[in-house]
Formats: sequence, C-alpha cells, structure tokens
Amino acid sequence: MSIAEMANAAAGLAQFSPAPSLLEIGDSFWLSAVLKIAVVLAVFFVVPLVVGYMEHKVMGHQQARLGPMEAGPHGSLQLVADGIKFIQKEDLIPSAADKWVFAIAPGVAMVPAILIFLVLPLGPGIWGVDFELGLFYALAVGSVTTLGILMGGWASANKFSLIGGLRAAAQLIAYELPLILAGIAVALQAGTLSLVGIVEAQSTFFIPGTEINLWYLFPQILGFGIFFIAAMAELARPPFDMPIADSELVFGYMTEYTGIKYAMYMLTEYAGMVSMSALMVVLYLGGWQLLPGVPMPGCGGSGNIFDCNALGVGLGVAVTLGKIMLLTFLMVWARTTYPRLREDQLQRFSWLVLVPLSLLNLAIIAVAKGVF
Amino acid sequence: MSDMSTRETVMPGTAPGEDLLIEVTGDGDFQTADMQLSIGPAHPATHGVFRIILEMDGERVVDAHPVIGYMHRGFEKLAEHRDYRQIMALVNRHDWLSGFSNEMGVALAVERMLEMEVPERAQWIRMLIAEWNRILNHLMFTGSFALELGAITPMFYAFREREDIQHMLESATGGRLHFTYNQVGGLKIDLPKGFLRRSAELSAITRARLQDYKDLVLGSDIFQARTVGIGPLSTDVALSYGVSGPTLQATGIPEDSRVTEPYLKYGEIDVPVPVGENGDSFDRFYCLLHRIEASLDVIDQIHDHMPSGPVNVKLPKQVKAPEGATYVRTENPLGQLGYWLESDGGRTPWRLKMRTPSFSNVAVMPHLLRGTLVPDAISVLGSVFFVVGDIDR
Repeated sequence: MSIAEMANAAAGLAQFSPAPSLLEIGDSFWLSAVLKIAVVLAVFFVVPLVVGYMEHKVMGHQQARLGPMEAGPHGSLQLVADGIKFIQKEDLIPSAADKWVFAIAPGVAMVPAILIFLVLPLGPGIWGVDFELGLFYALAVGSVTTLGILMGGWASANKFSLIGGLRAAAQLIAYELPLILAGIAVALQAGTLSLVGIVEAQSTFFIPGTEINLWYLFPQILGFGIFFIAAMAELARPPFDMPIADSELVFGYMTEYTGIKYAMYMLTEYAGMVSMSALMVVLYLGGWQLLPGVPMPGCGGSGNIFDCNALGVGLGVAVTLGKIMLLTFLMVWARTTYPRLREDQLQRFSWLVLVPLSLLNLAIIAVAKGVF
Repeated sequence: MSDMSTRETVMPGTAPGEDLLIEVTGDGDFQTADMQLSIGPAHPATHGVFRIILEMDGERVVDAHPVIGYMHRGFEKLAEHRDYRQIMALVNRHDWLSGFSNEMGVALAVERMLEMEVPERAQWIRMLIAEWNRILNHLMFTGSFALELGAITPMFYAFREREDIQHMLESATGGRLHFTYNQVGGLKIDLPKGFLRRSAELSAITRARLQDYKDLVLGSDIFQARTVGIGPLSTDVALSYGVSGPTLQATGIPEDSRVTEPYLKYGEIDVPVPVGENGDSFDRFYCLLHRIEASLDVIDQIHDHMPSGPVNVKLPKQVKAPEGATYVRTENPLGQLGYWLESDGGRTPWRLKMRTPSFSNVAVMPHLLRGTLVPDAISVLGSVFFVVGDIDR
C-alpha cells in the first residue's frame, strides 16, 4: 500500500482510480507510450506556433499594421521560416561563459514545458496520464523552467543577462504563491487534485434544483483573475516582462543566446502560454465542455462529457483549443495595451495584493464548501 | 581594525519619502561591491549611439557618467567651408528630427545680418512647416518614451500619424526628414495647391487622435506608476544646467522663445505654453504631449492668417553675410536652439557655433539618475528628450 493509499484509507476516502486515456493501444505499454509521446510532442510543437501566429496577426491589427504577410498565405508560415532561420544561425557561446551550463540551460527550461502536457486533458480521453496529483505535478514541473532561465542568466557572463535571470527568479518566487493558492481553492472545491477529476467535478457541479452545471469560473471569478495574472507573471509576459525588458536589459537572460538555443527559450515561453491556458481551461472553464448545461454532441447522456464517440472527442479537443486561443488572445491583448511594471512594484503587487486576495478566495471557498 | 559597533544608515527607498533604515555593522557604508553597467553606445534605450556608464549597487544607480561623442560629425567646422546655400542642407542633419527648424535658424541669422526684408507669406509658411516639424518630432518621442516603458503600441500609432504628416510635407518640400526648404530670404518654392486644405484636415485628425494618447498612455495606471515622482528636476538645477524645452517647462517655467522673444510672426498669434509642476518624468511627457496640442492651435491660427504674395526675394549669385556677428535663438522642438554666426564678409561663415538643446538636457542626466533604479533610469533617459546627433553635432 502506497502512502497516498494509506492516507486515503485513513481519511475514509475512495481509492483513486485513474480515468482511462483513449491513447492506450490495447495492453501494449510501449505502443501506448509511443502514441502518447507523439501526441504530447505534436501538441507541444504545433499549438505554440499557432498561438505565435495569432499573436503576430492580433498585434499587427491592433497596432494599425498588417503583421507578417509574405511567408505563406497571410504570413501563416512566418514562424516556420523563423524556425528554419534559427537552425541555420551560428551557435555562439561567449568565451567567458560557463559553457556547459550555458549550453544545457535552454533545455532545462524547455523539457518541463513539454512534461506539463503529459497531464493536461485536451478532450474526452485525450490525455497522457490521469495523475492523482495532476494539478500539483503541473504546477511543480512548470516551476522548473525558471531554473533554466536562472542558469542561462548566470552562465552568460553578461551583466544584463545576470540581472534578467535574477529578476526571473524573484518573480517566480513572488507569483508562485498566489498561483498555487488559487489552484488549491479549485482542488478544494473539486475534492481532487486530478485534472480529469476537476473537469468531471465541474460537469456535475449543478445550480441547486436545476440540471445546469456551473464552471468554477463563476464561483471562483476572483481566483481565476489571480491565476490569470500570476500565470502571466510566471511566463514573464508583458506587462510582467521585467526579466526580458528589452529597453532596459537588452534582452535579459536571452541576451547572449543565438540560433536554436534562443529558439528553445522562445518556444518555452509560447508553450508556457499554451500550457498555462490549458490549465486555466481545466481549472476554471470546464475543460472541453462546450457550454454549461448544454449536452455535448456525440457524448452519451445529458450531462455526461466523458462517454463520447469520435465526433464528441473531436469536438472536445476543438473546444479546448478554442478556449486556449481565447485565453492566449487575452495575454496578447494585455501585451499591446500596457507598459511594463517596475520590479519592486511587481513584487509589491504580488505580496500585498495577490497573496492576501488569494487567501481570501481560499477562505471563501473553504467556508462555502463546509456550508453547502 | 575598525570598531564593530552598529549604527543606522539610511538607504534611499523605492519612492520619495520611503527611505529604508538599515543597521550597519563595522565601518564604512553598506559593504557591497558596486557594479559598473555600460548602457550603450548600442543599447535599445539610447536610440542612437549615446552611452551612459552606471555605477550600480544591485539595481540602484549610485552614479552615472554620460559618454558623448560617438556621433561627432564636425558640423561646426564643416559649416566654415560651406556657403549659406549648402549650410541649409548641413544643419538639418544635426537634429534629424527637427530639420526644418534648424535650417530656419540659420536662415534667420543670415537674414538678420543682411538686414533683409523677408516676404510676409514666406514667414507664415515657415511657421506652419516649423510647427508641423515640431509635431513630427514630438510624436516620435511620444512613441519612443512609451516603448521604453514597455508599451509597444503607441510607437506604431505615432508612426501612423507621422506618415500622414510627412507625406504632406513631402508634397511641399520634396523631403521627409531633411527638408532643405529654406533659403536665405524665404523659401525655395511656394506651397503646392491644396496644401493648406490638407494641413487643416490633418490638424483636425491629429487633434482627434491625440485623445487616444492621453487616454492610453497618460491615463494608464502603470504609466503613472512608472513616471510620477521619477527623476524630479528642480527649477534651480534646470536653469543652472541650461535645460530648455519640454524638460524645462515640466519644472514649471513657461519659457518658450516663441513667446518670450518672438521671431517671425509668432508675436501676432497666441502660443499656448504647457507647464508641469514637479519636473518629473510624468510632467516632462505631459508637456511634450500638450506641446503637440499647442502646435495644432498655432497651426489653426496660421491657416487664418496666411497672406498671399511672393515667398522669396531675388538673391545675388553668391550670398555673403556682411562682416560681423549675430546670435539667433529659436524654440526648436527639443528646446532652445542658438546659432552664433560670425562672418568676415566672405561666402562662408567664419564661425558657426551651435547651442543645441539636447546637449544641455543630457548634461543634467547624472543629477537626475543618482539614486534611481535601473527601470527608473530608463524612464528618466526616455523623458529627457534628446537626439544623439544634436548632442555631438
């Protein structure tokens, strides 16, 4: 008996049984693993590109210009062209740099960004693993990325990089707390840390006396706001881009990076936008459910969103991706709208505003959970 | 060895009036090694080849040393070997964002020495183009200052406006940046047909769009948090350094050569001069933005006054300023521009000394930067508006 099982038994809770993934091929462990890795990598490499293209175009039109127009129809292959360019570039390592650390830092930043996708449910049955500690895993693994950033900043032997790396570390510590506290409130309401379980809990969280379920966005709108802001800060997206701050620190921790290593950092940032958005979709927006209270086409039962045929699965994935696009669009919108905060203002905002608010949110949810 | 008693010392805090009280053990001050950070000559925040060396304690600037001269092009010496027609094409290059205003200053100086009567229409057109040039310049700094604070969009908006204005000015002068439209005694050619109508149209459009900048930049909470109280400049210090333009007006002094010492026909119209209160980054930007509006007011008045008639006088084959010297000062977009023109009666100046606003404004920088954080240093650097070519000449 594992420790978790013993704890569950002591608390009188039911045994956690992972929801089966559709990506299992029969009983073959290896075939299933290959398929899952292929799906995770495909999502990791393709969705951030789509988000990046969306950002190009949205920023272009919000700024009275067109954005990329030449590579592919309406510039849709611009990022592919950029990727090819990055591969061709000379791989420069500054002579004063700590060469090994400098070389592996982008990888240290990127690998956790891939690993998060393992637990994110993108549709009915479309997930790698249904961990019992899924939310904990996602938040914990996501934080490792900052280690890669700090390593890159330190190893570059460049003052701008160093300041950028240290700012990133300080920012992570400050914003991890509200992020986790907001996440805890969701886990508390759902009664599980499993991401699939949280989606399921939202599909069965009914307005009393009706058949209409509620996403956690509605009871936890405060938590959603905190999570969204903290996620943007975790990702160092503007207006929280102090670690990069191109007008102050040239390009922060990425100043000395070129070519494919630089591309890895950029991919990490955009994959981070996607994974954080996917996490918010799962925690607050009901996962792949189309609309609260509306039965999913292709899924059995009125409120059931798990027992789906091919149509239901396809629609579920499309809905998830659509919601991810919506959230990343909001992040891009914030980028074109706001100036950058100052480092100390950012810290103050986290510790004096977001942390107390997220504690308040947690208290409200805990009391409500106890009362109802 | 030193006594190891503890005592208290005050470190400057993050905002005025929020100083930190720190207990220090041992002798000396807070024992940390200062870091030297060289910003520039090629750095995104210096828009040009300006360099500033910051002595830093953590992110706090202990001292700042501007290093100028990376763009020295020897304009003053070059001018001694160019005749007055050629000088027009030379002086619109030292402050490349105020080309027309620069050449106008030299033309005024030569005309004053020749005691030449410049046709009325030429004077009004000069004012019109100079005000549009001022708006072009200020739009550029509106965009670049917001960009330095991390807001990327105003830059594109500013360039949209600039494009329209430059297109209009190109129709009259043939140039977009270096107009070379002045000549001694007036202007090269008259305005093209429809110019004044287009100018009135653009004035209305620009005025309407200016509201967006006020709402989105000046009214933004984050913008105010980044600029209010940052790098305050007192009146005394500003005057002792010879600071001028929006940077001086931000300290509360309504100094503007167009008002205090009118040249051309500025005496006949009403020139609004915006002033600030605290001389901080916010006030500097406030003055800049409202100077655009003031220029639009002036432009609207010029449209009502525009007379008809010739725009230049017949010149001899070779213009020669008589022996003597004169000093002309004009209110350039960035501040007070002075030309000291000394002639020995030859076809070239004997000496052309330039008093450029950017040079004096940058000189006050170390005073403003001491004690700020790096992001605040950028906020100060961006709000003391300067053009590198105008510093180095």
